[in-house]
Amino acid sequence: MTTMTDPPGQGFRLSQLIYDTRYRSLTIQVVAMILLMLLVSWLVANTVTNLHALGKDFDFGFLTQPSGYDINQRLIAYDSQSTHGRAAVVGILNTLLVAVLGCALATVLGVVAGVLRLSNNWLVSRLMAVYVEGFRNVPLLLWIVLIFALMSESTPAPSAFRGDTPSASMLLDGVAVTNRGIYIPAIHFGAPFFDNGLYNWLIVLIAFAASVFAVKRLSRWAAVKQEATGDRPTTWYLTLGILVLPVAILFALMGAFLDLPSLQGFNFQGGIHLRGSLIALWLALSLYTGAFIAEIVRGGILAVSKGQSEAAFALGLRPGTTMKLVVLPQALRVIIPPLISQFLNLTKNSSLAIAVGYMDARSTLGGITINQTGRELEGMLLLGLFYLVLSLVISGAMNVYNTSVKLKER
Amino acid sequence: MSDTHAQTVAYVRDTMTEQREPPLSQTGAYKWILGNMLSTPLNVILTIGSLWVIWSVLSHVLPWAVLGIWNADSLSACRAIRTEIYGADASVACWAVISERWPQLLFGFYPPEGYWRPVLAFALFIAAIAPILFASLPRKMLWLTVASPFVMFWLIWGGTVWAPICIALGFVIGWAAIRVAGPRIGALGSILLAILVPVLYWVVIAGPLASGLSAILPIGLDQVASRDMGGFMLALIIGIAGIVLSLPLGIVLALGRQSDLFLINKVSVIFIEVIRGVPLIVWLFTASLLLNYFLPPGTNFDLMLRVIIMVTLFSSAYIAEVVRGGLAALPKGQYEAGAALGLDYWKSMRLVVLPQALKISIPGIVNTFIGLFKDTTLVVFIGLLDPIGLSNAIRASTEWNGIYWELFVFIGLCFFIFCFSMGRYSLFLEKKLRREHR
Repeated sequence: MTTMTDPPGQGFRLSQLIYDTRYRSLTIQVVAMILLMLLVSWLVANTVTNLHALGKDFDFGFLTQPSGYDINQRLIAYDSQSTHGRAAVVGILNTLLVAVLGCALATVLGVVAGVLRLSNNWLVSRLMAVYVEGFRNVPLLLWIVLIFALMSESTPAPSAFRGDTPSASMLLDGVAVTNRGIYIPAIHFGAPFFDNGLYNWLIVLIAFAASVFAVKRLSRWAAVKQEATGDRPTTWYLTLGILVLPVAILFALMGAFLDLPSLQGFNFQGGIHLRGSLIALWLALSLYTGAFIAEIVRGGILAVSKGQSEAAFALGLRPGTTMKLVVLPQALRVIIPPLISQFLNLTKNSSLAIAVGYMDARSTLGGITINQTGRELEGMLLLGLFYLVLSLVISGAMNVYNTSVKLKER
Repeated sequence: MSDTHAQTVAYVRDTMTEQREPPLSQTGAYKWILGNMLSTPLNVILTIGSLWVIWSVLSHVLPWAVLGIWNADSLSACRAIRTEIYGADASVACWAVISERWPQLLFGFYPPEGYWRPVLAFALFIAAIAPILFASLPRKMLWLTVASPFVMFWLIWGGTVWAPICIALGFVIGWAAIRVAGPRIGALGSILLAILVPVLYWVVIAGPLASGLSAILPIGLDQVASRDMGGFMLALIIGIAGIVLSLPLGIVLALGRQSDLFLINKVSVIFIEVIRGVPLIVWLFTASLLLNYFLPPGTNFDLMLRVIIMVTLFSSAYIAEVVRGGLAALPKGQYEAGAALGLDYWKSMRLVVLPQALKISIPGIVNTFIGLFKDTTLVVFIGLLDPIGLSNAIRASTEWNGIYWELFVFIGLCFFIFCFSMGRYSLFLEKKLRREHR
């Protein structure tokens, strides 16, 4: 708000601090500053007094002390003798695991549901509307406990798989759905020198990244050829080969074999055990967020005006090319920012893991560690910081993306 | 046609032919099904797939729900009835848990003889919110809206009638201060006065006044503690309080974030980003575990109040972002026009900018409200008995041990009805407020 004021006839008067727009903003800010400082110092003084009265101090030393509790799902080595700090890292990794799995599945579900909701097929679009409205209007917590109850109440116990005529059977001989979780086959590497699982997967990942890079080069070569001659060389078999062959050869070299779960004693052994808590949390988060993503995708596609695809058809582009070159780039500009904020929501909602006993960051750092050490202040501060940093990093990345795809206007 | 032309033609039909029915393939259900469901091979596959999904869901759920048993006093009794009627391996719902426990699901452990109080408060709320939601209702009803928070508080928590009256009196005093002192000492002075005098009144006079009045004229209801409230009543109290309080706070935060004043701007940004960056559950634990650290030693206030404060702060940060979007979407000319008319900041915001900005942000605001209402279920983790918490409590009792789906379905349906109708109202409002031609 800029207002032209006549230059004051006489010197500075005190009332100008309130009535003169040039000085008023300064006055307001100084008063606000003083009030803020007073509030903060009041809070800090209270905290210091309270901590003193309880005989506590403000110290992060507990992070290096042995934790003394077990975590049932761990991505890195951990036992009850490890430190509280390591327990926090295990929890953070579990949070990130379910967040990444959830984002992937939610995107797939959301894109499929969003596109199908626009379908001409009345039945399909109504079905998708029911899915979207049903999941958006019921609390996520209810879905989590419901799916967890489904997992634990409506699935057979491992003992049902035993005997000559078992009442339950494994899917494709490799996947067992039980009330203790789902057992799926694992890939292990048997060749000498390849006994460390993590590094093996890193090698596979690097090889795959190299293949993807090569595929990109291939398609650029094809595009150059098309520009020069007008004919695009057929590359799909080359692409397939480049993507599959190196990884397959690597698997053979490293002696990969499938480790199938099998019933031994009272429980399944071998394979990968996905706990019921992880499955329930993952499915509920994905289905719930997927409903929101479906609406975003639908809105994004509707936001591209019909004239755009008609213009592309008028230029003689085929429907597939039109989608790829004209509609999708414009729809993505609308879709991506809210999509990423949905990913953020999913990550934050994963803290509802508490409902099913999934050991995420809140359960380890913000739960058992706090209970055992009595360090509520430090624990909650670290937990809050973890989520805050995660949010800021993701939204920072989103801002960079937004500026890069923004319409370049005058 | 001219006459000459008519004579040259042997025969001219002077009536229209009867309109014939369109061919069967172009009309009715046949065409509709052919066009909407079976137009392409992909569409055929989709239709068959959807039919299969619908069939497999309905064939399980429908008999289960429709054949459900409504009269039993425990799960075992329910199963006995089922075995008697449908046989031992039939799967039917046991809705008896709802019919037996629905007062608890609605009110928690609120004293049964006082159920009329929350019901009356809810009816009052509907009456109070109606003139805000629908402009066609008489404006006089707004007085009810102004009085309703105090009456509702008194009805639900009980206690002497004088406490809410004395608190309400503070607002009257503040309003009077603006009216009386405004013309004499200017807008700024009267606003300061209208804040200072009521605060002084509440701190110094209101307490003794209320206890004095209740000693002279003891009118009141039985007091009910917050920990006895639960179920949908709790969800509604937290949800409605959060919604009503977070909207003004969110608007103020959004204006703060748009402000040119450096300090105000930065404080708003930090507040919004910190609140939004951390999950609600962490804030709720902060409210229940840490709030005592930040307050003077010995202060201890109601857990429900703490939750309402936290939920309000949380959703006000989200609303601030939604409103900021609305403010940013307004063309700059609107701000400049407000300034050109000589309006000061607050007037141009109130009369020019905010009405338009809020109109743009209605869908986002309502979505935030729906999210807030759904998030009230999270209070179960800090020990309040929301519907999901009550479903756990019911399952823990010996009669209903092992009952899951009936409770989930009931709770889910109730939430669905509330949230879906909120969403529909937002669509109605959007349509009503739309000004440009489409």
